[in-house]
Amino acid sequence: MEWEVVIGLETHTQLKTNTKIFSGASIKYGAEPNTQADEVSIALPGVLPVLNKQAVECAIKFGLAINAEIAPRSVFSRKNYFYPDLPKGYQISQFELPVVGKGAVTIQVPANGKNAAYEKVINITRAHLEEDAGKSLHGAVEGMSGIDLNRAGTPLLEIVTEPDMRSAAEAVAYAKKLHELVQWIDICDGNMQEGSFRCDVNVSVRPKGQEKFGTRREIKNLNSFKFMTQAIEYETRWQIETLEDGGTIQQATVLFNPDTGETRAMRSKEEANDYRYFPDPDLLPLEVTAADKARVQATMPELPQAMKTRFEADYGLSAYDAAALTASRDIADFFTATVNAGAEAKPVANWVMGAVSAKLNAEDRTIHDSPIAPAQLAQLLKRVADNTISNNAAKQVFEIMWISDKSSAESDVDAIIAAKGLKQESDSGAIEAIIDEVLVANQAMVEEFKAGKEKAFNALIGQAMKASKGKANPAQVNEILKKKLTAN
Amino acid sequence: MINSSLKKLSQMLASKEISSVELTQMFLNRIAQYNPVINAYIALDSDKTLAQASAADVRIANGTAEPLTGIPFAQKDIFCAKGWQTTCGSKMLADFIAPYDAHVITQFDTAGAVNLGKTNMDEFAMGSSNETSYFGGVKNPWDFDRVPGGSSGGSAAAVAARLCAAATGTDTGGSIRQPASLCGFTGLKPTYGLVSRYGMIAFASSLDQAGPMAKSAEDCALMMNVMTGFDERDSTSLNRPKEDYTRGLNNMQGEQPLKGLRIGLPKEYFADGLDANVAKVVQEAIAEYRKLGAETVNISLPNSQLSIPVYYVLAPAEASSNLSRYDGVRYGHRAAEYDDLMDMYMKSRAEGFGAEVKRRILIGTYVLSAGYYDAYYLKAQQIRRLIADDFTQAFKQCDVIMGPTAPSTAFKAGEKADDPVAMYLQDVYTIATNLAGLPGMSIPAGFSPSADGKSLPVGLQLMGNYFDEARMLDVAHAYQQVTDWHTRTPDLTAFEGNK
Repeated sequence: MEWEVVIGLETHTQLKTNTKIFSGASIKYGAEPNTQADEVSIALPGVLPVLNKQAVECAIKFGLAINAEIAPRSVFSRKNYFYPDLPKGYQISQFELPVVGKGAVTIQVPANGKNAAYEKVINITRAHLEEDAGKSLHGAVEGMSGIDLNRAGTPLLEIVTEPDMRSAAEAVAYAKKLHELVQWIDICDGNMQEGSFRCDVNVSVRPKGQEKFGTRREIKNLNSFKFMTQAIEYETRWQIETLEDGGTIQQATVLFNPDTGETRAMRSKEEANDYRYFPDPDLLPLEVTAADKARVQATMPELPQAMKTRFEADYGLSAYDAAALTASRDIADFFTATVNAGAEAKPVANWVMGAVSAKLNAEDRTIHDSPIAPAQLAQLLKRVADNTISNNAAKQVFEIMWISDKSSAESDVDAIIAAKGLKQESDSGAIEAIIDEVLVANQAMVEEFKAGKEKAFNALIGQAMKASKGKANPAQVNEILKKKLTAN
Repeated sequence: MINSSLKKLSQMLASKEISSVELTQMFLNRIAQYNPVINAYIALDSDKTLAQASAADVRIANGTAEPLTGIPFAQKDIFCAKGWQTTCGSKMLADFIAPYDAHVITQFDTAGAVNLGKTNMDEFAMGSSNETSYFGGVKNPWDFDRVPGGSSGGSAAAVAARLCAAATGTDTGGSIRQPASLCGFTGLKPTYGLVSRYGMIAFASSLDQAGPMAKSAEDCALMMNVMTGFDERDSTSLNRPKEDYTRGLNNMQGEQPLKGLRIGLPKEYFADGLDANVAKVVQEAIAEYRKLGAETVNISLPNSQLSIPVYYVLAPAEASSNLSRYDGVRYGHRAAEYDDLMDMYMKSRAEGFGAEVKRRILIGTYVLSAGYYDAYYLKAQQIRRLIADDFTQAFKQCDVIMGPTAPSTAFKAGEKADDPVAMYLQDVYTIATNLAGLPGMSIPAGFSPSADGKSLPVGLQLMGNYFDEARMLDVAHAYQQVTDWHTRTPDLTAFEGNK
């Protein structure tokens, strides 16, 4: 039987606010335990929550970015359960009426083997504001469990999709797209190691063609795209094998173990809590007016899709290039800054996606901490454009710049060209003299060319470039050589 | 001096007739004398109290005194006060020292008032007799066999026995007004949102409201000036201009100061269940109001009879969640021995909470459970709206509503302790205003004889429209200009032999 996997994601994004969602305590990561736990975070008797407006703005921003309905009135509810890292005994979340309603995200699923790359629209069901819990620290205190409430009350936006994805590749493409989007609109730092972006993945399988969904299991807290791929693939295989062996799937929450590469049930549905949701009487309903939306809209950056279209139109870039350059805001910003510094768009695109990105990948760095600044790259490409140096020489200059301090004089493009003697020979008289020598010295090749061997032409160019120690302008060499050979 | 009004005390302090330290010491002496029997205070700290009094004397000397500077008040133990034991009447918080001040405490501190101590109360404000307190019951100063009412029973007894100049209370279903009625003084529950709940330990968040408990309407007005005001730390605090609640009091002079005032008399408040003697006192008070120029209008609050069932769904629902934080993890009572996390939760909460608190947590948990939420919680919210609508309709016909505060006078300790429903009926006339968020008040209106020959105070309840506290205080003040019920004090000599 042929099976189809059905996947939906719930993503917790930690919002980039200054303070907690319901108090003035800092949310900075990595502080000493409980140094960021104020009276509200500890849930002392008598304390009350006050909603952080910045968190609401983040939610509105996200709603606008995915073209979603933003609720004029949404409600905070209490999700009641006991856990040591949940100081109030309930989590303040949004249940029936979330701030962000239905929207959509378009993903690019990369080519894989014989399957070509494709685009797909993933529907967003809702996104709601809620507070994070604290952390249990096991082993930090001798013979006991410690509780760190620094994270308690950190603002989260939980983004829920429809069960629209049909493969691990689609799920990961969506997660990556969302990861990029929340950073693009600057509502989340995207740091997955620190837990700023965590995904729960709902997976079910059904016979291909069947309409009814299978029973789903939820893989909790995946904090890397690699683990997400492994977890979904394992879970899918496990579910199919279970069904093919005549078993049934029980709805459950599962954890992925990166060491074994397996998923394992944490708790089954029967043991699930009754959270006794009810509207939090300490908080008024959240009202978002048209004016609020307009105010946030005014602070929105150009979104990737709009920027891609603009790159194609303004710079004559291919759809592929434009998509690659708008894959992240840092890349787009780097590209734009380089073009604005006076370089031509097409070569900038080639260099950013080529040499720059290869270097960054090799060194596992992001463009944000590229050792070469946009202005430097622009200067380099201007020197290629005005024929001062060849493309090959430009690569040498690039290598030198990459390892020098970008603020030092040694990193200046012109200084490097001068120091390394890379300036290209464009005096046609000098080039003609070199070619003449080459033609004399390589009579055999000239004969071969005349006999119809096209390859001999390239060999002669190679000889000429070698004779010029690589400094001759290749275009001029080509032109003069062609003239001389056909004239004879 | 113990019977002096706040205004009079303020004048005496200003004229240096007495210092705040002397005044405070006088109340501390009375507390030392009577509190061992009455049990009105849970926490006392004379060093802290006298330090505040000294600071007040400095303010008085350097001319920066405000109306309440130097006057000693009792604070209900539901308010967190920095450095003070703050128990909420529960074993759960018996050893809890609050590390911060409630808004109400800050307001009194800023005004230069002196904190005499923390008063006894029903555990987590759940009760109408003060008998659910972990720290023991409180004696009604009018008859020490009887309860002072609750939940603000300690504050009530302290005001009635003159163990403070005045006190604070909180009222979720009648906890200021019913004890005011049973102990014979003036208490006001303001419009919901007028006094910040920050630092006030939550029972039922959508109903809890703090207010003054004092010897007269005028004293309540002065306290309202200090207690009210916007606080951004409470999202339900109302951001409206500061009011002077004493502004109309001086107009309540002459023959018929209330001419034109329409008093609504809800028929449901004079029906079955009301003690005949209480009814008689209330009717006499209303007759007095007619003499003051007011006219009476018969009105109906048809859904008010649903107040108690609605309240006993909503208040426990909120309480069950509000009290989840008392889990023994971070502060409060933790069982000495336990097997695992679940065992720690269960033992700590089983030991830390009393029977009434457990009963309400169970009710609240039940009504919020999957499958019951719509039938109980949602339905109760819908009826709550109907109850509020009743008042909206009523206030088209009248300016203020009057009736009994409580169905009976103070009852004997133990009499209703094993019958929760009988106890809940104590609040039958007060709960509707909490559900509607409206202001309610109780003023002394006379006395009623008990079967054992005691004379016990009866309260008249005033209910006003939203933010109409100033008018209610005027209306109460007018009555207190022509009657002396509010000046009557219990004879405490009986306590002296009972120590």
